[in-house]
Amino acid sequence: MIFWELFYVFSKIGIFNFGGGYAMLSLIQDEVVNKHGWMTVNEFTDIVAVSQSTPGPIGINCATYTGYTAVIHAGYPTWVAVLGAVLASLSVIWLPFILMVSISKYLIKHHDSKVVTSIFGTLRPTIIGLIAAAALMLMSKENFGDPTESSFVFVVSVVLFMFAFVGTRLYKIHPIIMILLCGLAGLLIY
Amino acid sequence: MSIYTDIFLTFAKIGSFTLGGGYAMVQTMEKEVVDRKHWLDKEEFMDTLVVAQSTPGLFAIDMASHIGMKLKGVKGGIVGALATALPSIVAILLIAIFFQTFKDNVYVEKIFMGVRPCVVALILAPCFGMAKKAKLTKFNWWIPIVAALLIVAFGISPIWCILAAGIGGFIWGKMKD
Repeated sequence: MIFWELFYVFSKIGIFNFGGGYAMLSLIQDEVVNKHGWMTVNEFTDIVAVSQSTPGPIGINCATYTGYTAVIHAGYPTWVAVLGAVLASLSVIWLPFILMVSISKYLIKHHDSKVVTSIFGTLRPTIIGLIAAAALMLMSKENFGDPTESSFVFVVSVVLFMFAFVGTRLYKIHPIIMILLCGLAGLLIY
Repeated sequence: MSIYTDIFLTFAKIGSFTLGGGYAMVQTMEKEVVDRKHWLDKEEFMDTLVVAQSTPGLFAIDMASHIGMKLKGVKGGIVGALATALPSIVAILLIAIFFQTFKDNVYVEKIFMGVRPCVVALILAPCFGMAKKAKLTKFNWWIPIVAALLIVAFGISPIWCILAAGIGGFIWGKMKD
C-alpha cells in the first residue's frame, strides 16, 4: 500500500534528519531512489533543482514532490497523487514536532551540558559526510552522461559542474542564478 | 484578528517568500517575530535556535513550531508548523502537475541536462564551508569521510550513520563526565 509506505518512509526521514535540507537528501535518496525505486536518479536530481529554486524549506519541497511522483508512478490519478504529496509532507513534520514539544525545555536548560555537546560533536561531522555522500551518489552517468556513449555530453557536464562549484564556492553566486545559468547553457549547447 | 490567525499569516508569509530553505529563514523570522511582532525577545529567539538545531526535523519548521508553542501552547505550535509548510506544498504541487505534462518535452530535457551537474556541485560546495562550523579538528576529520564511504561504497543507510554518531557521542560524553 503506497500510502502506508510513504507515511512510514517520510516519518523515518523526518526523525533522523539532523542538519537541515541538504543532510536530508542522502536519506531521501537512499529510501526513495535506491530502496523503493519510486523515482529515477534523474527525477531525483531534477526535484532537488526545483526545490532549490522555489521558496520554502527544501525538505518539504522534496517530500511533496516525491509523494506526488511516487503515487503517479504507482498508477493512480492526479487527485490521489495530491493526497500522497500532502501525506508525505506532513509525515516529515509530525515526529520531530512531538519530540520538540516534549524536550524543548530540557534542551534550553541543558544544551551546554557535556553529554549534549558531545553528541553534537560527533553528529555534526557525520552530517558533512551525509551531504558529501548525497553529492557523490548523484555523480552518476544518469546525471553526467556516459563517457563511452557520448563524450560530448560528459565533457559539457563536467565543465558545468566545475563552473557551478567554483561559482558558488569562490564567487558566492546565488544557487538559483547558478541553476538558471546552467539550464540556459543546456538549452543552447544540446 | 485572533492570535492563531496572526501566527498562521506570519509563518505562511515567511514560508512563501524565503528562498533557499532553512537557514535563510532565520533572518526573516527574527525580523518578523522579534522586531515587528515582539512575540519573543532576542534571548528567547536564541533559545528557539538552540532547540531547532538540537532536535531532528526541518530547521524552519522546528523554529516555527517552537515559536508558535511559546505563544499558544501545542495548538499554536501546530499552526506555526503547518503555516510554514503550506506555501511550499501548494507551490510544489502546482509545479509537479505542470511538470507531468512537460517532462517529455525536448527543451525541458535539454535544460535539465545542463542543470543536473550544477545541482551536484551545489550540494557538494557547502560541505567544505561546513568543516569549520562543525569544528573539524585533527581528531575528528575522519568522521565525515568514514560516513560518506559507508553510505556510498557499502550502501549502508545514512540512518545507521546518524544513530552510530549519536550513540558514540553519548558514550564519549558520559566517559568524559
